[in-house]
Amino acid sequence: MLVLVRKQSARILWMIGDYVSMVFDVFFSALKSPPSWPLVREQMYFIGVMSLSVVAITGFTTGFVLAAQSFYQLGEKGLSGVTGVLVAKAMITELGPILTAFMVTGRVGSSMCAELGSMKVTEQIDAMKSMAINPNAYLVAPRFIAGISMIPLLTLFSTIMGIFGGYLIAVYLFNLSPSSYFDPMHLHITLFDVATGCIKAFIFGVLLVTVCCYKGMKTTGGAAGVGRATTQSVVTSYILILLSDFFLTMALNMIHQELKYDWMKNV
Amino acid sequence: MIRVRNLWKRYGTNDVLRGLSLDANRGEILVILGRSGVGKSVLLRHIIGIEKPDKGTIEVEGVQITSLKKNEIYEAVKNMGMLFQGSALFDSMNIEENTSFYLKQHGDPKTGKPFPAAVIEHKVREALAMVGLEGTEKKMPSDLSGGMRKRAALARLIVYRPSILLYDEPTTGLDPITAQQINELIVQIQSELKGTSIVVTHDINSALFIADRLALHQEGQIIHVAEPKKFLNIDDPTIHFLKETFKIKESHK
Repeated sequence: MLVLVRKQSARILWMIGDYVSMVFDVFFSALKSPPSWPLVREQMYFIGVMSLSVVAITGFTTGFVLAAQSFYQLGEKGLSGVTGVLVAKAMITELGPILTAFMVTGRVGSSMCAELGSMKVTEQIDAMKSMAINPNAYLVAPRFIAGISMIPLLTLFSTIMGIFGGYLIAVYLFNLSPSSYFDPMHLHITLFDVATGCIKAFIFGVLLVTVCCYKGMKTTGGAAGVGRATTQSVVTSYILILLSDFFLTMALNMIHQELKYDWMKNV
Repeated sequence: MIRVRNLWKRYGTNDVLRGLSLDANRGEILVILGRSGVGKSVLLRHIIGIEKPDKGTIEVEGVQITSLKKNEIYEAVKNMGMLFQGSALFDSMNIEENTSFYLKQHGDPKTGKPFPAAVIEHKVREALAMVGLEGTEKKMPSDLSGGMRKRAALARLIVYRPSILLYDEPTTGLDPITAQQINELIVQIQSELKGTSIVVTHDINSALFIADRLALHQEGQIIHVAEPKKFLNIDDPTIHFLKETFKIKESHK
């Protein structure tokens, strides 16, 4: 049993090291010789434009549900006026980044992993290496650049759709006035909230693209292996996104509190 | 010139290469014979730097591949090429894009600048004509037969005229006519490029047709190397078996 635990721990540690080494290789190779624009553009289109509809629907329906729940839960306590703030705050700081990352992982991450995995098992990646081309630079770097630029934009879009969805429900279904939905946002939505959402979206983008590409590049075992790697890439990305969300929330709030305290001291 | 010394590689508990040593000279085709699964392809993957050995050294044209860092390996293998068993054409690209891939990525080694589009087009057409695949430029790999895919992979290899050519089971799974076409192409490419070629196969007919020297790979080592005629006279049960097979095939002709 102990031997098994030791072996598994060693395997996981080796995998983390290998993953980190791939991320560094992608980062530095992209810095040294940036991937060609057509490759990046193709990935931007695939990740960004092709995900717009799914991200819009997710944000929109989440906004519906949030507005309805807030109205029912808070209305009887006379707090229906905070519906807009609640929807906006939840969408900007949590649900926008998380749900976008989940949807992009499901739609794009799995596809990236399957594509790279199938290239790996059919020796196409080895063929690339035999032609003196670093597959991390040619295949992963364009996906990485496209991912970290498109995922925050998709998150922003999803957040706006969520707030708009919440607005439709609050105003047209629950007869809240538009000003009572939007006005409190100016007071309660801070730059910190927006920064939190942006930082989370960026980190989730880095995680989901690198994890899915890593799993794809390390695929073994033919068609069954591609299926296995794809499932693992999605599950691992989801877990890492959720875990990192918690740690980011804690860290960002602690930094925010610290900054606020310093500012008040100076005043 | 390729010089392999005391190469060891283990996968799990299986020692695939056990102190393998081998020399391949410039201008010759060295054919490595051996049963499936003895590590012939693994040897080629080590020579071209895709895999790292546990122990031992590989020297290619004076450069020790085994002591290089990952990024240095890419530079060192620029003058090498490998034909993969399953062709390994990029299935998201058409045949023209596959064939021009190396040229577009690396540009002109003399000037360090990208090749003009017309030069690339000319080189691609020339390479495809050499393997008899004119007119397939816009086809996708999935539209081609196994033999055509192999020839397209050969075109992708010869288009940049590497001085070291590695062929992994070039005729496996092909009908005798297509296999013979591939054999003739390998000989033709060798006579044009005059590089160092290593062919891994278990097809004795193919081996005898193309080889300048034959090597027998067994239990992770090269146990015999000789010119074809001398090779067939070596007193070894595997060579006796191969000779018998060849005789049977000859008697059928």
